[in-house]
Amino acid sequence: MEVEALLAWARGPGFEWALLIMFGGITLRLIEIATLGRKRDLSLPREGKGSGWRTIVSRFFSFPLLATTNVITYVAGYIFHLGLLIIIFFLVPHIEVWRGVLPFTWGGLPTTIIDLVTVLTMVAMGLLLFDRLTHPVKRLLSTAGDYLAWTVTFLPLLTGYCTYHHLFFDYSLLLALHILSVELLMVVFPFSKLIHALTTFSSRWFTGEQFGHKGVTS
Amino acid sequence: MSASLKRGLQAFDEVIDASVASFFSSCVHCGLCADACLFYTETGDPRYTPIYKLKPLQRYWNQHYTLGGKIASYLGLTTAVDDAELAEWQELIYNSCTLCGRCSMVCPVGNDLTAMIRKIREGMAAAGYAPEDLIAAAGRAVKIGSPMGVRLPALKAQAAHVEKDSGLEIPFDREGAEYMLLLSSMEIMNYPEYLEAVARIMKQAGKSWTLSSEAFEATNTGIQIGVSDIARTLVKRVVDAAEKLRVKTVISPECGHAYTAIRWDGPNLIGRPYPFEVLHILEVLEQFRLQGVLQLEGSESQRLTFHDPCQLVRRGGVIDPPRNLLRMVADNFVEMGDHGKMNWCCGAGGGVGANESAAELKMQAFQRKKRQISELGVDAVVTACANCRIQLEEGLEENEMDLPVLGLTELLAEHLPQREKGERG
Amino acid sequence: MKSDREKESGAIVSQREETVLQRLRRQGISRRGFLKFCTATASMMALPPTMAPAIAAALGSATRPSVIWLSFQECTGCTESLTRSHLPTVESLIFDAISLDYHHTLQAASGEAAERAREEAMARYAGEYLLLVDGSIPYGDEGIYSTIAGVSNLEMLRQGVEGAAAVIAIGTCSSFGGLPMASPNPTGAMSVNDLMQRGAIQRRPLINIPGCPPIPAVITGVIAHYLTFGTIPQLDALHRPLSFYGDTIHDRCYRRTYYDQGKFADTFDDEGARLGWCLYKLGCRGPTTYNSCATLKWNGGTSFPIQSGHGCIGCSEPGFWDAGSFYEALSMPTAAATTATRAGVGVGVAAGALSAWQNLHQRNGARTGHQEVKLDDLERG
Repeated sequence: MEVEALLAWARGPGFEWALLIMFGGITLRLIEIATLGRKRDLSLPREGKGSGWRTIVSRFFSFPLLATTNVITYVAGYIFHLGLLIIIFFLVPHIEVWRGVLPFTWGGLPTTIIDLVTVLTMVAMGLLLFDRLTHPVKRLLSTAGDYLAWTVTFLPLLTGYCTYHHLFFDYSLLLALHILSVELLMVVFPFSKLIHALTTFSSRWFTGEQFGHKGVTS
Repeated sequence: MSASLKRGLQAFDEVIDASVASFFSSCVHCGLCADACLFYTETGDPRYTPIYKLKPLQRYWNQHYTLGGKIASYLGLTTAVDDAELAEWQELIYNSCTLCGRCSMVCPVGNDLTAMIRKIREGMAAAGYAPEDLIAAAGRAVKIGSPMGVRLPALKAQAAHVEKDSGLEIPFDREGAEYMLLLSSMEIMNYPEYLEAVARIMKQAGKSWTLSSEAFEATNTGIQIGVSDIARTLVKRVVDAAEKLRVKTVISPECGHAYTAIRWDGPNLIGRPYPFEVLHILEVLEQFRLQGVLQLEGSESQRLTFHDPCQLVRRGGVIDPPRNLLRMVADNFVEMGDHGKMNWCCGAGGGVGANESAAELKMQAFQRKKRQISELGVDAVVTACANCRIQLEEGLEENEMDLPVLGLTELLAEHLPQREKGERG
Repeated sequence: MKSDREKESGAIVSQREETVLQRLRRQGISRRGFLKFCTATASMMALPPTMAPAIAAALGSATRPSVIWLSFQECTGCTESLTRSHLPTVESLIFDAISLDYHHTLQAASGEAAERAREEAMARYAGEYLLLVDGSIPYGDEGIYSTIAGVSNLEMLRQGVEGAAAVIAIGTCSSFGGLPMASPNPTGAMSVNDLMQRGAIQRRPLINIPGCPPIPAVITGVIAHYLTFGTIPQLDALHRPLSFYGDTIHDRCYRRTYYDQGKFADTFDDEGARLGWCLYKLGCRGPTTYNSCATLKWNGGTSFPIQSGHGCIGCSEPGFWDAGSFYEALSMPTAAATTATRAGVGVGVAAGALSAWQNLHQRNGARTGHQEVKLDDLERG
């Protein structure tokens, strides 16, 4: 009975709280950023192809693999970001979640492919954690917030994987834990570095505009 | 009044804007900026990771400009930025950053880290943690008119030399001239050939130009040390002189930081656009080339490469002109790896070169450039920044590499037709 | 009256003293037919076929145990499920193997006679009889919402449990509360297990056979197990026999392969529905429902809901009636997403305005209060 109540809470009130906190936090953070404003650049702009929009796009493809000493960050970083994207938007049960909150829907990928992607994503995240713990630069930069962000991102993958494969617990309990782990992610999102999923767009825009103003594509 | 933590933190407040808040919010501590920084790649010291250099400002922003941070510091969960921390960070902020901007190009979330180093220096300087040498240089710039202490008589003496050698007039304070030429003290003292080269090129092109006896120094120590008030004073001198002489264009010399200071920072410092244009000498030469008034003869057969000054390419947008110009006279021009907007810094920009406490570090950082140059097997290196040139010369000498470093403008001037040379008295 | 009662009691005794095999033979069922039944029972309970002789031996020698069936807040669907099964079936055979001493729908007696039969069986076989319960028990307001012969369900169950060797809760209502317990649960309905946990009735070994209704073969299978081994089968945390409730419908569903391939019916009449693709998007509860429908099937093994084109509604799971729409995918939130999001944005705007006001106060204050940094200000005093 407790499991069913937990699942019902996760799908209902829990999700409501998570949405409330996440959107409250996002709104708060974005207002805090936007209201600080930025002074207009009075210098004469140079003609060029650089722009904020261009940088927003171009930094998705910033992989100077040959010049880097940190292959793990690039390779595992790409795998885990793409993996998360595929899992979140192309697993049919997830699409149903989106259908529950959005006015439109789209097609999914075969579950076995998502399963494979999930394993790859978890392996990539494992590597990134290992790298964070061992690479001198990352170890120096890392704070409790980095490990928290890693944990709340990894838990939904792990619980989702267990749910699909019926590992350790009943499906209902696993599904409840999976949904709850996503809700934890949603709650942590705006108050951690995870907010970069949104602010990277404004950051790239600011930088792209600044460089573009000087005629440099960045 | 004197420097204090309070004034430093107040300066932090002043520089925080939406971009800073967005950048710090976005950082995921991936550490990739370290790969872009030659101070990290050449030393392997993780403290030289660009984002790490910004830690005091990041924490200050978090504690004062985010609700979560405000609550955390109210509950005593975070420690405030203090004198000890800023003192410890001085080396990271001034000695191990040339404001080259390479990290800003690779950051996956798009943070302009260099812009923030420039900002954090405002707080560091106001709190009294600017390096002694930079403070002294700023003092000379404000009081004497040049960070290296070059006074007008010294310039006039050099000008007289050039006039005598070339038979060309070096005009001072000529009202209504099209161009007003700025110089860096390094050019006045170390590379007077530059002044002669410009005079000859102007003569060939038939352009009117002048120097100003009130504002001939182009470099801006205020930017490097991070004091906008001082930077504004220095920019104002140039603007006043240019307006007084009613010139159309002010020419920034072969100096990277001087260019960004007067071209990009200047209008923002004085709070209004200029009534004149600012161009780097290479942009002017490129215009001459396109107008057909830069006629050169002969060519260099030696294998040449070009070292891009960071402030010209990445931070300045002058990328193609040096290549177009160099190809006019060089048959055997080869590009360096990561050339153009992704070039590697020489290791001495952003005030590092003037900072004696960074002397050892800047030579370590030079190892990157040394490797790049050795790999190419060139006969000479051309550049367009006196500061880079000094570092390259010192670095090559220290590494026992017998390789001349040439200024691009001078190299071009050497290829002016003989009849121009015939004017020599 | 008194002599009638004695006669009935006598009849109960004589029936009980006969062994199962004797009774079957009396009814003209051959030993071969009996063994066939035992093999079927073994297979149904997921026991190896070699267990069939053991079952036969046990059933053959066992005298029929007394069974009392109590019905409370129920719809008689569970009984219907059992009795509507086609003949001859294992169900009918098993009913020949027990002595059903009280079942107010099935028994011939009525009124006081019926209640007397129950009381007598309880007294005579105290500590030995099996208590079967269907329907939930109203617990609110001291159980006044349902009474039989003036006795509240709660009281009747309490008395029944006292002398029972084991309790079998038939159907979702007695197992988990079922429909009567659905929000807002006006009668305070509870399951047998709830009452045991709460101490309202005594604790006895409990087997839950949930389902609305449960599969008849599962009921008889569990009873056969009890008769054969004298113990209750292995149960899961919800007291369900693992041999019937060990897997989800989804795991055993013949449409599972479509789920894995990502082929789903989007509506009940689209191409996917006609091709028999997975019904997950149409709200199928197969993934969270533990039952044997996909393997044992219904109506003599004819079909089960998914095979007929409708998703599982999870009727054998706890709280199924309150677990959201039957026609929305399981992963779909039941939350009021728009309201929560709007509320969040509202809270964010308020908090953001407050924080931003403070930020600008500090930043702009610093800018307007800027004291020019002169050369002399660069050295620390």
